[in-house]
Amino acid sequence: MTARLTARELTLRYGDRVVSARLTLDVPDGAFTAIVGPNACGKSTLLRAFVRLLKPADGQVTLDDRDVTAYPTKALARSLGFLPQDPVAPEDIRVRQLVARGRFPHQSLLSTWSAADEDAVTAAMEAAGVEDLADRPVHQLSGGQRQRTWIAVVLAQDTPYLLLDEPTSFLDITHQYQLLELLGGLRDQGRTVIAVLHDINQACRYADHLVAMKEGRIVAEGAAADIVDAVLLKEVFELPCVVVPDPVTGTPMVVPLPGASS
Amino acid sequence: MTGRRVALLSGALVLLVVVAVVGVGIGAHHVPVVEVVRALLDHNGSPDHVVVRDVRAPRALLAVGAGAALAVAGVLIQVLMRNPLAEPGVLGVTAGAGFAITAGSALGLAASPAGELGAAVAGAVIATLLVYSVGRRSPLRLVLTGVALTAVLSGLSLGLRLLLPDVFDRYRFWSVGSLAGREQAPNTVPLLVIAVAVACALLLARQLDAVELGETVAQTLGVNVHRVRLAALVLITVLSGAATAIAGPILFVGLMVPHLARRFAGSSVPWLTAFAAVLGPVLLLVADIGSRVLLPTGEVPVAIVTAFLGGPVLIWAVRRHGAVAAA
Amino acid sequence: MSALVLRGGPVSVRVERRTVVLTAVLLTLIAGVGLLGLSYGATWSSPAKVFDALSGGRGGVVIREWRLPRVAAALLFGAALGIAGAIFQNITRNPMGSPDIIGLDAGAYTGALVAITVLSGTSVQLAVGSVLGGAVAAAAVYLLSLGGGLSGLRLVVIGIAVNAILMALNSWIVLRADLEVAIAAVGWSAGSLNGVDWSDVRLPFGIIGLLLVAMVVRSQALHQDALGTELAVTTGVGVDRLRLQLVVIGVGLTATVTAVAGPIAFIALAAPQIGRRLAKAPGVPLLPAALTGALLLQGADLVAQMLLAPVSLPVGVVTTAIGGCYLIWLLTKEVRRP
Repeated sequence: MTARLTARELTLRYGDRVVSARLTLDVPDGAFTAIVGPNACGKSTLLRAFVRLLKPADGQVTLDDRDVTAYPTKALARSLGFLPQDPVAPEDIRVRQLVARGRFPHQSLLSTWSAADEDAVTAAMEAAGVEDLADRPVHQLSGGQRQRTWIAVVLAQDTPYLLLDEPTSFLDITHQYQLLELLGGLRDQGRTVIAVLHDINQACRYADHLVAMKEGRIVAEGAAADIVDAVLLKEVFELPCVVVPDPVTGTPMVVPLPGASS
Repeated sequence: MTGRRVALLSGALVLLVVVAVVGVGIGAHHVPVVEVVRALLDHNGSPDHVVVRDVRAPRALLAVGAGAALAVAGVLIQVLMRNPLAEPGVLGVTAGAGFAITAGSALGLAASPAGELGAAVAGAVIATLLVYSVGRRSPLRLVLTGVALTAVLSGLSLGLRLLLPDVFDRYRFWSVGSLAGREQAPNTVPLLVIAVAVACALLLARQLDAVELGETVAQTLGVNVHRVRLAALVLITVLSGAATAIAGPILFVGLMVPHLARRFAGSSVPWLTAFAAVLGPVLLLVADIGSRVLLPTGEVPVAIVTAFLGGPVLIWAVRRHGAVAAA
Repeated sequence: MSALVLRGGPVSVRVERRTVVLTAVLLTLIAGVGLLGLSYGATWSSPAKVFDALSGGRGGVVIREWRLPRVAAALLFGAALGIAGAIFQNITRNPMGSPDIIGLDAGAYTGALVAITVLSGTSVQLAVGSVLGGAVAAAAVYLLSLGGGLSGLRLVVIGIAVNAILMALNSWIVLRADLEVAIAAVGWSAGSLNGVDWSDVRLPFGIIGLLLVAMVVRSQALHQDALGTELAVTTGVGVDRLRLQLVVIGVGLTATVTAVAGPIAFIALAAPQIGRRLAKAPGVPLLPAALTGALLLQGADLVAQMLLAPVSLPVGVVTTAIGGCYLIWLLTKEVRRP
C-alpha cells in the first residue's frame, strides 16, 4: 500500500480550541477511504486541512513528500478536488455552466474553454448522470440532482484525489447508494477517494480503508472487516451493538441493541 | 424597581429643564442663565429678554416637541415591529412626511400649519404602509427599504425645490432637518397634536407590553391585538408627521433614545415611553445647541448633528441585535 | 443555451450567444445616447454636424471641447461605477453591498472635500484624497462588520450607518468652508458632470483605464470566487489576495469618479443588477454591468440636462430617484434571500 497524501503530526485549531493534536494518517493511494466518527470529532476539520482550507497549527500535510502549502494554488487544485458540505451555487447558474467552473485550475487568461475543458465537462456530467440536466438552472433541481451536479463539478476538475465532506447528507436512500456506487466506480478507474461518511454501514460496505475518529484522534484504521466490531463501536460511538456480516456483501454490519440511548 | 425608575425619571426631568434653560442662553448672542430665568418669569422688555422670549424659548419648545414626538414614535415602532433597528427616520416615514409637505406646498395645499400637518401625516401614512409591506420579513430589509425610499423622496424633493426656487426658499433649512428659523412659524397646532399623541401613547403602552409577548399570548391576556396595532400605527404616523412638520426630516433620534431609555426602563413599554418622552427632548435640545456652536458663523442643521450621534448608535445596535434579529 | 466557441492556438473562449447579442444591443444604445449627448445643448447640432466636428471640421469647438468630454466622462464613469458595484456585490454576495450604499462614495467625497478645503485642491490632491477617503470608509465598514462575515445584510446596514455619518461630516465641512468653495461643493455634492472638460478628465481616464485592465485580468477568479470560499480555494483561487486586489480596484474606481463628479449614487447599485438580469448570466457579470452603467449614467445625464432646461440638474439627483425606485423594486423581488 503506497501513500502519496499524508498527514504528519498534524495539530489543528480553531482559535484556541484544539481539534486534533499530533495526528498522523497515510491515505492509501487508489483506494476509497471513509472517515467515520461521532459529530464534532474533527473529521471534517481533518478533510479541510488536507485541502489547505485550514492552516495547521503544527505539523504538515504532504503530497508526494512536499508540503501542500508549498504548492501554487492552481497546481494543488489540479491534484486535490474537494466538495464541501453545503456548497451554494451562484444565482441563475445552469448545470453546464456550474460544472464548467470546475475547470478553473486548468484554464488561463487566454484559454478559458479549450477542447480539453469541453471534453472533461461532458465526461463529468455523464459520470455523475446529469447530462440530461445540462441546461437546467441549478436552483430548480431536486436535492439529489443538485448534489450530483456538485459531484460533476469536482469530477470536471479532473484530479487524482477526490475529497468529499458528507456527500450523502440531504439525499434519500436511493440517491445515497447511487452516489456511493459512483464513488466506488471512480476508485475503480484509479482515483483516490476520501469521504467523510455518516452511515457506518455504508462506510463498511464501500470503503477499502476505514478511519474511525473520536475527539480529534484516530481510534482505529484499516479494512472494515479487520477493525469494525462491537468493542470499537462502543468506544467510538458509545453505542451498544452487535456486528453481523452484511447478508449481501459480507462486510461488517452494525445492528444497535435495544436501550442504546442509555 | 419602580422607586428607582421614579427617581431616574425625576432626574431626567430635572436634566431636561436644566438643558432647556442653559440652551436658551447659548447662541450667537450669549444670555446668562439668570437673565434667561428672569426673562421667562419676569419679562422686562430688554433686548436680552426679547431674544429669549420671542426666539430662543419658542425654538426650545419646538425642540422639546419634536424630540418627544420622534422618541416616542421610535419606541412604538420598535415595539410594534419587534425590531431594534426600526426608527421613523431610518424607515423613511419622516422622508414621506417631508416630501408630502414639499409636494403639498408646490400644489398650494399646505400653506397653513394645519395644512402642513395634514400633508405630513398623509405622507407618513403612505410611507409607513409602503415600507412595512415591502420590508416586514426581516429587520434589516426593513431598514434597507426605508433607506431606499428616503433616497428617492429626497431626490424628488430636491428636484421640486430646484424647479420652484422662490417657493422653497423658506424650506431651505427645514428640508435638511433643522429648527433654525422655524420658531417664527405658528406651530401651536403641531405642538398640541404631539402633546395629545404622547399622552395617548402612554395610555396605549400597557397593552403594547402584552403585544410584545406575541400575538397569541396577547390575545389570551384579553388584548385586542389588531386594534392595539392599528392605534400604535396611527400614533407613529401622527407623531412622525408632526415632528417633520416642525423640524423637517431628522434621522436617528427615534433610534437612539429608545436604546438609551431601555437602560433605565428595562423592558416595560410604559416606562420606556415615559423615559423616551423626556430623553428625546433632552437629546434634541443638546443637538440643537451643538448645531449652534459647531460653526463659527451660522448654523449646522440639527439633523446633521443627530446623524453624527446616531450613526454610531445604529452600528452598535446592528452589532448587538442585527445578527440575532435577522436569523 | 447556445454558445459561441472560439479556439485558435493557445487562445480559447466560450461566450453565450445571449451575451454577444446583449453586448451588441447595449453598444448600439450607448452610441445612440452618446450621439444624442453630443447633439444636445444650448443649440441643437444635427448628427451630420456632430460627425463633421468629430472628424475635425471647423466650428466644432463646442462639440469637441465641451460636449465630448462630458459624454466621454458619463460613459467611462458609468462603466467604472458599474464595475465597482459588480465587484462589491460579488464580494459581499449581496446585491445591496454596493459602494454607494455602504458609504464608499461618501468617504471618497470626504477625502476630496478635505483636499479642497485644507489643501489647494489640485486634481492630483483630489484623486489621492478621494482614494484615501474611500479606502478608509471601506476599512471602517469591514472592521465594524467583523464577526458577522463579509456577506449579508448586516454589513450593508453597518455601511448605511457609516454612510449617514460621513454624509453628515460632508455637510459640516461644506458649511464650514468659504462661500466660493461651498457653492462649488454643493453643486457637486449630489454628483454632477456640469462643466467637465478635458483637463479634468485626462488623469482620471488614465487611472480608470489601468484599473479596468487589472479587472479584466482578475475577472475569471472573481467569478470563481462566487462558488464560495471553500470551492474557490480548492479550485485554485487565492481568495485573500484576490479580494484585497478587488477591493483596491473597486475603491480606486469609485474614488476616481467621485474626485471628478462627486458621489453619483445608485449607478453602482443598479447597473450590475440590471445587467445581470438582461444577460441572464450567473452571479454578477462584469461586462453587462459596465455597459449598463455607461448607458444609465449617460441617459441620466441627458435627463438631468433636459428636465429643467436651461438649468442643468446634478445628475446624481436623477440617478438617486431612478436607483432608489429600482432598489425598492429589488427588495420586493428578493424573497429568496434571508
